[in-house]
Order: sequence, then C-alpha cells, then structure tokens
Amino acid sequence: MQPILALEGVSKSFAGVKALKDVSFDVRPGEVHALMGENGAGKSTLIKVMAGVHAPDTGEIRVNGAVVRFASPREARAAGIATVYQELLLFPELSVAENIFLGHAPRTTMNALDWTKMRDEARRLLDELDSHDLDVDARVGSLSVANRQRVEIAKALSQDARVLIMDEPTAALSDTDARRLMDVVRRLRDRGVAIVYVSHRMPEIFALATRVTVLRDGAYVGTHDIGAITEGELVSMMVGRPVDQLFPKVDTEIGAPILELRNVSYRDEVEDISLTLRAGEIVGIAGLIGSGRTELALTIFGITPATSGEILLDGRPVTITDPKQARDLGIAYVPEDRGLQGLIKPQTIRENLSLALLDRISTATIVDRAKETSLAKELIKRFGIRARGPEQRVRQLSGGNQQKVVLAKWVATEPRVLIMDEPTRGIDVGAKAEIHALMSRLAGQGLAVLMISSELPEVLGMSDRVLVMNNGRIVAEFDRDAATPDSVGTAMMQTSANDAGAAKAEVA
Amino acid sequence: MSASNPTVARPAPAMHPMKRVAAYGQEFILLGAIILLILVVSFVNPRFLGANNITNIFAGNAYIAVAAIGMSLVIISGHIDVAVGSLIGVLATISGTLAVNGYPIWLAWLAPVAIGILVNAGVGALIAYLRIPSIVVTLGMLSILKGGLISVTGGAWISNLPADYLIAQFRLFGIPSPVWFMVILTALVAFWMRYSGFGRTIYAIGGNVEAARVAGIQVERSTVIVFAIHGAFAGIAAVLFATQLQVIQSTVPPNLELTVITASVVGGVSILGGTGTVIGSTLAAILFAAIASSLIFLNVSAYWLRAVQGLLILVTVLADMARRHRLR
Repeated sequence: MQPILALEGVSKSFAGVKALKDVSFDVRPGEVHALMGENGAGKSTLIKVMAGVHAPDTGEIRVNGAVVRFASPREARAAGIATVYQELLLFPELSVAENIFLGHAPRTTMNALDWTKMRDEARRLLDELDSHDLDVDARVGSLSVANRQRVEIAKALSQDARVLIMDEPTAALSDTDARRLMDVVRRLRDRGVAIVYVSHRMPEIFALATRVTVLRDGAYVGTHDIGAITEGELVSMMVGRPVDQLFPKVDTEIGAPILELRNVSYRDEVEDISLTLRAGEIVGIAGLIGSGRTELALTIFGITPATSGEILLDGRPVTITDPKQARDLGIAYVPEDRGLQGLIKPQTIRENLSLALLDRISTATIVDRAKETSLAKELIKRFGIRARGPEQRVRQLSGGNQQKVVLAKWVATEPRVLIMDEPTRGIDVGAKAEIHALMSRLAGQGLAVLMISSELPEVLGMSDRVLVMNNGRIVAEFDRDAATPDSVGTAMMQTSANDAGAAKAEVA
Repeated sequence: MSASNPTVARPAPAMHPMKRVAAYGQEFILLGAIILLILVVSFVNPRFLGANNITNIFAGNAYIAVAAIGMSLVIISGHIDVAVGSLIGVLATISGTLAVNGYPIWLAWLAPVAIGILVNAGVGALIAYLRIPSIVVTLGMLSILKGGLISVTGGAWISNLPADYLIAQFRLFGIPSPVWFMVILTALVAFWMRYSGFGRTIYAIGGNVEAARVAGIQVERSTVIVFAIHGAFAGIAAVLFATQLQVIQSTVPPNLELTVITASVVGGVSILGGTGTVIGSTLAAILFAAIASSLIFLNVSAYWLRAVQGLLILVTVLADMARRHRLR
C-alpha cells in the first residue's frame, strides 16, 4: 500500500547542530509505525517536521505521493496530520466539548456556535474511543492525565486526521490506563488511520506496532517489521551497543533498620502506613497512579507532613515538617517530575548540583567556588553525566542526563535514605541501565533506597522487597523471590476493582 | 549523546571568548550603547562631554539605579513590586520632615531605610505566607502609600532643608556621593548575588520555586528577606532623592516605579525570574540618564525619553527571546 505520509532524506539543524541527518520515514494507512531511539536521538525533531512545526533544511515531505511544504502546524493539520504531544495542549478552564472543537466548532445558520451539535459530536467521538464515562461538559482541568489524553485524541479525530502522531502517550499513565489507551490505538488503526507511535516501552511496541524505525544521534538506523526483530536487537540498534542487563541489582548485605514508619497517615491520602527500610536495601513500591505512592514519599520528606503516626530514624523518633528538616536528617528525595520539582532549568549543572548543600560548601555564607566546581566535576564523572562541563545549563541536557543531575545532587548530600519517585520515567534505555546500576551501587554503599515506579519490570528487577499500595494503604508485601509479575500484578489488579468507580467520581 | 562512552564525561572545551561575552550579553550591550551614545552626542554637541554634564548624568539618576538593585532582586526571585515609587515618595517625605523638624541628621538618613525594611518585610510576608500574588499586594500598597501621603501632607513642599542633611550633594574626591552609593552598592550586591549562598537561593527560587523547596530551601523566609532588602534599597534611594535639591515635594514622583522596573528589565533581569544581574540594571539606569541628557543636548523634547524607554523594553525582551531560542 502507498504510504500516506513519507519523508525522504530529511535533515534539520539548529544553530549549527545537526538534529536530523538524512532521515527517511513513512507511514501507511492502517498501520502503527513505532519510532524509537534514545532521548536526543531526534525523534521529537522528526515528529515536529511531520507536524509542520519545523521546516526541514533539506529533503522532501510527501502526502499521498505529492510533495508538500508545511509553512505551519495549521497546514499540516489541514493535510490530515494531527499530533498528540507529550505535554497536552488543552485549555483547563474550558469543557471537554469546547476543547475538542476549539478553532473549528460547528456553527448554526446564524453563525453562532452550535452547542447541541458540538456536544453531540464530542459525545460521538469519545464513544468511538470507548470513553463512555467521560462527560463532555466536564472542565478539562478536573480530568486525569489519561482522560485529558483521550480529549486530545478526540480533538485530532474531529479534524479528520488520517495520520496521528503520538509522542510517548503512555509515559504519564498507569498500567491500566496505558492498556486502555492501547485499545484505542488499535481501534484507530483498524479504522485505517496511520499512526506514528513514539514510546520507550518495549512491550507496547511489540503489542502494537506493525513496523519500527530506530534513530540514533539524529541519524536513521533502520526500519524493520516488528515480527522480524527481537527486543535485544532493537535495544542495540538504539544504543549502538548490546545492553545485556537492564536491572543489575547486586546482592548486598542488608543491615540495620534506618527508617521506620509506624501508622503514618496524611489526611486520607496516606493511611496507616508502617514500614521499615534497612541499610543496603531497595524497597520498591508498586501501585497505580493515585494509589498514594507519591503522597507517601511527600509525607516522609516533609512536603505534606504526617498528620498522625510516628517516623523513626535509627530508632529515634523524629518530626519532619518541612523538606529542610528531612534533608538535614539525611533523607533525600528525587522527585517524580524532574522539570517541576527537580531542576532549576535556567541554572548551570554546577549550580544545580550544589543547591542542596550550599551551607556545607560556604564559609561565612560565601560559596567556595573552587570547592563547588571540583564537586561538580567529580559528580559529572561519577554519574556519567554527558555534558560539555559544569557550566552548561541543565535545560540543554537530555532527559536521562537531567535525571542524573537530580540524583547526583541528592547523593552529594550524603543521605542515609534515598527516596526515588519514578527514577527512570521518560529516559532512554541506555541511561536507564546506568541509573539502575547507580542505584544498585548506592545500596551497596549502605544507603536505604525507597523506589516508587509504575514500571513493573523495574520494580521486580531492582527491589529486595516489593510493597503494593492502593487507596493510600499498603495492601501487599512480597520478598524478592515471591515477587513475580503475576503475584504483584494480581495484588495491583485487586485494586482496579474500584477503578471504574474512581473514574466516574473524578468526572463528577 | 555519545552512547559508546557511557561513564566518562566529555572534556569541556575552553569557553570561546565570544561565548563569554554572550554570557554577560546584556551588560556588554548596555555598556556599548552608553559609550556609543556619549560619542555620538558629543560629536554633535561637544559641550555634552563637559565634565559637569557627565557627572550630573551619573549623580542625578543614581537613586534610580539604587532602587533598581532591590527591584532586580525582587524580580529575580520571581516577584514584582509596583509600589516602589510610592514607597520612595513616602520615605523621602519622612526623611525631609525629620530633617526640618530638628531631629538628628543621622535619624533622617536611617529612618527611611529602617521603615523601608519593615514595610516591605510586611509586603513580603503577605506574598510568601498568604500566597497572594506580588502584583496584587504591591498594587494595593501603591494606592495606600500614594493616597495616604497626599492625604496627610496635601503635597506640600518641604523647604529649608539643613545643608548638612543634603547627603546627595556631598562629594568625595570630587565625585558626587550618589555615584559612590551607586557604584559601591552595585558592586557589593553583584558580588553577593554571585558568590553567596543566599544569592544562589534567590536565583533558585525565581528559576523554579518547587525545586528550590524540595532542595530544602526555606522559600517563604527567603522571600520575606528579599523584600526586606528591597525595602532597604528603597530607603537609600529615597534619601538620595530627597537630598538632591534644597526642597522636596511631599508627593510620589510620577512613574518612578515604572522607571525602576524598566531599568531592571532592560538590564537583563528576566521578568519571569531566575536570571539577570544588578550590574545590568545599574547600567540600564545610567543609559536612561544618558539618553535624557542627550535629548536636551540634541534639542529634542524630553517627552521622548519615555517613548525611548518603552522601545528599549521591547527591544530587550525581543533580544532575550531570540537568545533563549538560540540556546534551546
């Protein structure tokens, strides 16, 4: 079948840096074409070329065989190419129906907005996406990420998209929501929509894709039918070297208890949590988004201080009411959202690395620059942060390297307890393996690590013990040997009995 | 990204001199603009270069530069203060009133600084602890201070200021004291912002308040301190302003807050917070003074000054956006 959208020999430079080098890519009606590569490999740029955001320096774009030049994203949309970006571009104060039809709302003969038709059409589009529980009058700001994403997809469909580009659509979703989204993608594919699908998650790629194309360092590496390639081959195409061990948790001597929680609660978000974290131990917390995992981390770290219960450090009760106290007690928190909570993006790597220990490298409040720079250089080396040097601004780094900066910043405070929330979300395979190796090494040095993750393989591979959370409570606990995809998955599934109810409640 | 080289960071290449200039872009551009302006205008009208005129340019606008130092800290921390003009008006009136009513001179000099600190610490507390946006709090302050001042004083002139009170007319080594204040305070704060832990904290809060909080920075306390420091600089600016002439009018100098904010922004302080230096804001204040003086020497209506300032804001913001675009 003829490709509906084809790119040939496309190159694109920014300020002299080649983001894309002679890349060819095409997608046919009724197929899911996966686009893979490490962060910084050029996937985003390629997507933006297809979506009309960037014009290619050289090369051709063809729609149905005819050469086109998109002067703007609007022209690409008019040609039937719609994009669902990772950061959803919706208006939180407007309703679902308004968001779907913004810019092309149906009109009455008087040229007024046809609200009835708009709501009916919105309903129909959402029903097609199997989202019968989503209210067209709900304010988008009140919806979950998963539901907002459906609104974004409905918006694309409302403009008769023949090509749908999806940039890491499942990155921010829980497993259940991700599975629902994949059903939607299949449905669209079967209706003949051509889908460009960007994701780091291997199982998804193998479940959904017809073909897969890999980019590396802005260059085209290859395209394969999904049946003709293995996961290992894909990974080595991406990183340019074989990665044999994704989750290298090394067995460590597990020592004395460091952090203990006794019946800790925070309002009704974290309820009656008791747990013990020992030196050298990695405890994984599995659970759906909204199960109270992140809330638990925030409570331990003093951002939302415990409303009842007891926290003990080395057996002594402590009160933690703000992050500064937690930090001074030797607790470190690598947050879920790097951009929002982890990094000062306008600042340099050096400034970000020293932020949590400024008082320790200052004499009479004046920061010792020599000490600071050598600390930064040492951390860059130790954590394998790929950067031009300590003076590079963090916003210029790739996602994986940004995550390493956040991790390094906290490790530099020499904590005893390290809490990591989604430590490898949105980062590429190579950087992921490095982060896992670092975690393992830190545990080996006697740190107690609490790891929250939505990725089951990561939880299973890295953890000495796995706790499963639901509704703010710990509902199951497994030792390393007892923790299998089945056992942990089942414990998480029990929770999804409440799922439909929760989704309804959220819309209401 | 070089995947083949996983653990060793690439060595940092020596920074290209042009890049070094780019890192301080705004400061160099402003310095160049000031020098160019002085050269061009003195070519057209050689009297412009007369020693007195150049010192007057510096001295007459120094109080704006001093106020812009505090304003820059506030904007870098992610806030704004539109009440600074009113505050300076009130503090100048208090200072002058104390001076003519026989209170000790040192009290007339220090009271505005102390009151400035107290008032703005209160403003900072409202913003930090009650989480009211700074534009709202300071808009309220603007009206309260401006209205209060006119109601109490009726806009009367304060005259017969004692000669030893007029600190702005003092000279040291032939250079007017406001220039000393401007240069020394700018240098001190520039150093402190760059090298102190607290300076770093201010940049971090303005750059990403949530990340700063998670890193253990006491955001609320720091915000109050930033506003208090800003109040101190407003107090110094008020004294320099009040002691320029033998008399002061007890009103708010028109549009002063806008001039001060403009100096910060044109000086390269990002209105979004997180970046900028006080050297830039001081150079911008000097540039405004030089432009004002040039207009007189070129026989152009002084009203053009405001238009030129507005134009500079737009040019600066556009240049800033272009620069960000390139860096991305």
